[in-house]
Amino acid sequence: MKITILDYGAGNVPSVERALQRLGAESHRTTSPECISKAEALLLPGVGHYAALVRALDEKHLRAPLMDAIHRGVPFLGICLGLQVLFKSSEEASELRGLNLLPGIVSALPPNVKLPHMGWNQLEKKRESSLLAGIDAGAYFYFAHSYASLDSNDAAATCSHGAEFAAVVEQRNIFAVQFHPEKSGEPGARILQNFLRLAA
Amino acid sequence: MSLAHRIIPCLDTDGERVVKGVNFVGLRDAGDPVALAARYNAEGADELVLLDIAASRDRRPTFLETIRRVAAELAIPLTAGGGIRTLEDGRAVVRAGADKVTVNTAAVERPALISELSREFGAQAVVLAIDAKRAGDHWDVMVRGGRESASRDAVEWARMGIAAGAGEILLTSVDRDGTQSGFDVTLTAAISRAVTVPVIASGGAKLPGHFVEIFLDGEADAALAASIFHDEVQSIRTLKEFLASSGVEVRLPC
Repeated sequence: MKITILDYGAGNVPSVERALQRLGAESHRTTSPECISKAEALLLPGVGHYAALVRALDEKHLRAPLMDAIHRGVPFLGICLGLQVLFKSSEEASELRGLNLLPGIVSALPPNVKLPHMGWNQLEKKRESSLLAGIDAGAYFYFAHSYASLDSNDAAATCSHGAEFAAVVEQRNIFAVQFHPEKSGEPGARILQNFLRLAA
Repeated sequence: MSLAHRIIPCLDTDGERVVKGVNFVGLRDAGDPVALAARYNAEGADELVLLDIAASRDRRPTFLETIRRVAAELAIPLTAGGGIRTLEDGRAVVRAGADKVTVNTAAVERPALISELSREFGAQAVVLAIDAKRAGDHWDVMVRGGRESASRDAVEWARMGIAAGAGEILLTSVDRDGTQSGFDVTLTAAISRAVTVPVIASGGAKLPGHFVEIFLDGEADAALAASIFHDEVQSIRTLKEFLASSGVEVRLPC
């Protein structure tokens, strides 16, 4: 099985590729709607501005094939912005529409803490999670973001920085994490490994 | 459960080899950046900073190659910089594998550089490096490797830089750098209280107690050091165990 990485121009694609390589997984980058339609498993990485991701999805005509693939049941992993775009919209660019696959919106973290939420933090597991299988409860993951889904009722795990937010989301074939597994050492590699196993 | 304080080793390079010096002068060779990066990644470093302190135009391709080789060793974030003058310079560093770009002198001369990088990569990817030196009742911003005063107040500049789009401050005390007499707690606390973004303290670290002090009294979010890690005066693992036993939240390596 090959992982198709949506390369919309975010900076962290090489680190995601390297992390997958270390696990012996094959991956290729694409910006082509055809490749997305044929993908066996999809990975949407993301750093930077929400607007840049949403605009790229529309300008490169990736939104429709991506939605089709997810609706068909193709395993999907979203990282950071790749999680945020699954919701209806984001306060970071409220005029743009997200993929609306998950209920709720993405909001700014409260200003009573230092932002961006940058560094290593722990999770609180809320339900059984396939992505978190075999990972210690106290494991740290690397976060770098200022926006998050604060309505975290559906989350498999949450994290807190000023407010509780969704850190791991799992719904049918949709998997997403607010942190960067590709930058989170051993536990991060385990998350990617778990996704590879789920997608196989 | 809260955000862990970060320990960040810094590799000052001439583009290719790690070098070190006191108060930014008298440089000597301190090793291979790729080997050091692999060691720190394994020892539990939370991030790595890679700087090209020579920052000469002709050597830029060499530095970019060093970034690529270092990034390949890491499963933790990498910040790179030194001589970043344009958006294009920043792009090259990110494309080579850096997660964050650090800017210093060029941003003082042209603050729009911060906004340009921030718009393209997000605030979380733009680290404003400030070299500060005590001048009477305030701290002066120093540029060109800490040699020249920019005649600007460091606290003011930190606030301006964040308004322009920087997502983190890398604060070096020029007075303490290379002295191993401890971080500048007063300077770091002053900047940390004045800004809304994380602050990385740098300059002067030697003893584990210096790190406890900078986190608990200096209100630093992260602490950076170079030669004490390169020379194995401090192991990151032992340092983190000491911090944890002193009540500082850290991510302990497995």
